[in-house]
Amino acid sequence: MQARLSVIALSVATVFALSACGPKEEPKPVAAAPDAKPEVVVKLGHVAPMTGPQAHLGKDNENGAVLAIEELNAQGMEIGGAKVKFELINEDDGADPKQGAIVAQKLVDAKVNGVIGHLNSGTTIPASKMYFDAGIPQVSGSATNPKYTQQGFKTAFRVMANDIQQGLALGEFAAKQGVKTVAIVDDRTAYGQGLADEFKKAAEAAGIKVVATEYTTDKATDFKAILTKIKSTKAELIFFGGMDAQGGPLAKQAKQLGVKALFLGGDGVCTPEFMKLGGEAAEGNYCSLPGSPLEKLANGPAFKEKFTKRFNAEIQLYAPYVYDAVWVVAEAMKRADSVEPAKYLAEIGKTKRDGVTAQIAFDEFGDLKGGAISMYKYTDGKLEYVETLGGGAVATAGSEVKEAVAEVKDAAKAVAGAATAVGKEAVSDVKDAAKAAAEAGKDAVKAGAEAVKNAADATKAAVDKK
Amino acid sequence: MDIFLQQIVNGLVQGSIYALVALGYTMVYGIMGLINFAHGEVVMIGTLVTITVAGTLIKAGMPVAVAGLAGMMAAVLVCMALGWALERVAYRPLRNAPRLTPLITAIGMSIVLQNLAMMVWGRNYLTFPSFLPNMDFELAGAHFTAIQVIIVLVSAATMGALLLLVYRTKLGMAMRATAQNPAVASLMGVNINRVIAAAFVIGSALGAVAGVMVGAYYEIAHYQMGFMLGLKAFTAAVLGGIGNLAGAMLGGILLGIIEALGAGYIGDLTGGFLGSHYQDIFAFVVLIVVLMFKPSGLFGEKSGDRA
Amino acid sequence: MNFGHFFRSTVGIATLAALLVALPFVAAMGGQAWVRILDFAILYVFLALGLNIVVGLAGLLDLGYIAFYAVGAYTWALLASPHFGLHWPIWAILPIGAGLACLAGVVLGSPTLKLRGDYLAIVTLGFGEIVRIFLNNLNAPINVTNGPQGITLIDPVSFGAFQFSGTTQILGFAISGPQKYYFLLVALAILVVIINLRLQNSRIGRAWQAIREDEIAAKAIGINTRNLKLLAFAMGASFGGVAGGIFAAMQGFVSPESFSLIESIMILAMVVLGGMGHIPGVILGAVLLTVLPEVLRYGVGPLQMALFGKMLADPESLRMLVFGLALVLVMRFKPAGLWPSPVRRRELQETGK
Repeated sequence: MQARLSVIALSVATVFALSACGPKEEPKPVAAAPDAKPEVVVKLGHVAPMTGPQAHLGKDNENGAVLAIEELNAQGMEIGGAKVKFELINEDDGADPKQGAIVAQKLVDAKVNGVIGHLNSGTTIPASKMYFDAGIPQVSGSATNPKYTQQGFKTAFRVMANDIQQGLALGEFAAKQGVKTVAIVDDRTAYGQGLADEFKKAAEAAGIKVVATEYTTDKATDFKAILTKIKSTKAELIFFGGMDAQGGPLAKQAKQLGVKALFLGGDGVCTPEFMKLGGEAAEGNYCSLPGSPLEKLANGPAFKEKFTKRFNAEIQLYAPYVYDAVWVVAEAMKRADSVEPAKYLAEIGKTKRDGVTAQIAFDEFGDLKGGAISMYKYTDGKLEYVETLGGGAVATAGSEVKEAVAEVKDAAKAVAGAATAVGKEAVSDVKDAAKAAAEAGKDAVKAGAEAVKNAADATKAAVDKK
Repeated sequence: MDIFLQQIVNGLVQGSIYALVALGYTMVYGIMGLINFAHGEVVMIGTLVTITVAGTLIKAGMPVAVAGLAGMMAAVLVCMALGWALERVAYRPLRNAPRLTPLITAIGMSIVLQNLAMMVWGRNYLTFPSFLPNMDFELAGAHFTAIQVIIVLVSAATMGALLLLVYRTKLGMAMRATAQNPAVASLMGVNINRVIAAAFVIGSALGAVAGVMVGAYYEIAHYQMGFMLGLKAFTAAVLGGIGNLAGAMLGGILLGIIEALGAGYIGDLTGGFLGSHYQDIFAFVVLIVVLMFKPSGLFGEKSGDRA
Repeated sequence: MNFGHFFRSTVGIATLAALLVALPFVAAMGGQAWVRILDFAILYVFLALGLNIVVGLAGLLDLGYIAFYAVGAYTWALLASPHFGLHWPIWAILPIGAGLACLAGVVLGSPTLKLRGDYLAIVTLGFGEIVRIFLNNLNAPINVTNGPQGITLIDPVSFGAFQFSGTTQILGFAISGPQKYYFLLVALAILVVIINLRLQNSRIGRAWQAIREDEIAAKAIGINTRNLKLLAFAMGASFGGVAGGIFAAMQGFVSPESFSLIESIMILAMVVLGGMGHIPGVILGAVLLTVLPEVLRYGVGPLQMALFGKMLADPESLRMLVFGLALVLVMRFKPAGLWPSPVRRRELQETGK
């Protein structure tokens, strides 16, 4: 009896002791800042799976966030008259919704000023309610499930096109390639299924016939059975909704089986990993990434260089988006001149950032406005940029189109003026840019305008230098 | 028809891999009545060791085929040592414990091995060096590659060698005796500890070979690849009658073919309701139906009380 | 049954009650996250006790227990969310969820009655996967479960106007959402413990134990093994169903990925690690296995800093490594579990020699 009681007491006491000492260890580094100048510590939570099958993407996300934080601190941003020190609190949710809720609560307890993440829609959605209840702004760089922003939580934002926007663009692209029949494969995850469904709708609307709908899992390695079936339907295109770890082997096995169809996939397969795993089979096929390519945007190439230099690793997938997400939050704080969630939340919605992945602005749901999608072709083991599609045609209202057209005109004028001043070399550059804008079509008018504008700015800068 | 043949080829190759892994489960189970849940992880370690060794050698300028063989040898050795250590650390001390206890240690070891592998080889997917030139054959409209032929041959050969070992050697006799009754076997002068250790070492070596085959076939490896593979292989072993070597082999091949045909045809047969998204279910449904009529699997001896 | 005596003694009850009431407030000092972890710990106590009936008492190795949890969770999700536009009250949903899970238990139980040991294990494992795969795919042709997207905006538990989510003021105390769920879960868990205790010492419980020890002998003395095995599956499953309902309400979101095989295995590990068939042991196992990974989340990094002065390995990967090692070591040195029942311990010592 006695022994038993003491065992209970002991186990309870251990739990208490542990629970009591746990969080206390966290704030230590914060307190150690004996700076004469008033310094405010801004805590940003970051959540991604660091264990489990998607751990490699989680690490990539974390790197993106770390880079942004380091830059912010090096820059020494001042908010509300005080020097601000940003601090990243990393949490692992193992891509498991239950753990996602626990770490979300941990971040809420820690009174973080904002949350970057989570990586997976499956953990982002349940966590978003807790952040909303606590009034903490959340910006995800990779949760693409449309539901995340449709729940009516004004704290939820994402700096990436959602599955609807991307599926639509992919459908349009497939139609443009002139394919008549398509086989769709998805991996039965929230991401893969969502994307494949939207693609299916768009493809059918564009008059493409869906001749086979097949499925796999996010743990599968063998796709020969479904590919054999697809082969028998003689589809001209295979669309895959899923991640690179399955997409690469899928493309490879298709080639081994003598399937001649083109391969098309979303951001999940637009990675170096896909090309590594797909080998030769990747060549000549297509994939899409939300936003504009790093190379086409003013800050993109610099980011790429900084990233590889800092982490000695290639960008896997979402790191640039996460990097943008951190900056979006930081800049909103700067504009609001406050690090209080309640005060700077409204400013996030007003974001206009020249990001490394896109021109970031949010619609009323917290989704990326316009949501441009860029298409890539796998060429010689690299991703070659093909074109940018407007994506969310729905999101672009008529008036905005007009505005954008006007912008293009202005920009073009500026370009023309600048170009004559610089000479032949610049002219060819500008022409290319203009060509790209023309190709992108009506839906892409806005994105095109921005591209031209950038080109114009670049030329102007060049002129100034000379 | 060519599609049907292709599906059979797909299933046969996949099934041979299941069979190779299933042999490892069934060897250990047949002798000690223990599900070695960590066996899938042994297979994974086999693949990853091969990648490292063969990759390094290829970089050093060795011919690809030689490097591949060296990698395989290294994997077999490492896995044998691992199997021995597993038995020594996690199972031997528990031989008289309640029967679920070793199951939990097996799960624990499986978690440990996965996380160790993650720390050593990283979180990213790894590509397996391609050992063989990409040779394509076509027969009656069905495509297959050199590696597929090799996989089927290797698992058939392994199976044969294992049967010889168990039924024609002294060690094999000792193994069969231990499987029947460890106490009596030990009275007859069989060193039980050695026999069980041997079963683990041999089973792990088979796992390593399976790992190399899996790697060479899919040319992809990851620290979590062992879990699903192990699960499927275990299902195959039960389907054939766990503890029975030929049963494991046939169960594996049967499972592979069921999966291929299921994914290929059920969708059309049910008007699209049960498509390839239920691929993983077919195997389990067949398993349940088989066990309802033959409670100890297709070829299993009646040993239901063992567990 | 020592524990039974203890439980019945006034001092025992009073101490336990005081501890249980104080726990969430003490934990809250370390942050609400710890209260949430406690919630999950009790939810798992609940599940482990349910599985204990099947595995611990009746000796049927069930690796698909999570399926019943899933049935309960989806019942709640479908009947109290905007997905079908239904918002039924708790007293309707929980019994329906338990009933459906119970039915699923019988459906699983009936074809597998003949199977023993590991054959049963693999079939139940298959059953668990079948349920998960169906939940994952039943968004077409008719959208029932919304497939892998899961169901969002699920209603929290509420009794009339009293909501379990968000903070409320009771007698001047601010009680947070997780704390309220804690008390609900504790109440339910106590109910399950009482049912378990009563079962264990009843005719049924003894019959189950007889089946566990020797099925043929049990049959010979006139025990209806078929019905009793089915009953074990059905009872265990209903507990799983109730736990699932609370889980869905607490999370506000369910998706099939929460019901994977690894969850079944973890619950089994709780039962075995704590001490199969012994209620306090099972409770200990469930609490430890839920809290340990979270403690390690905090502990591994600082510990490394203290021991080696730098981070040798990523704390996140070490966390699961240590967890796996703990499973192995506990089983190595306490093969019957951390807190086995006295009877079982005696048996073991006898056979051990």
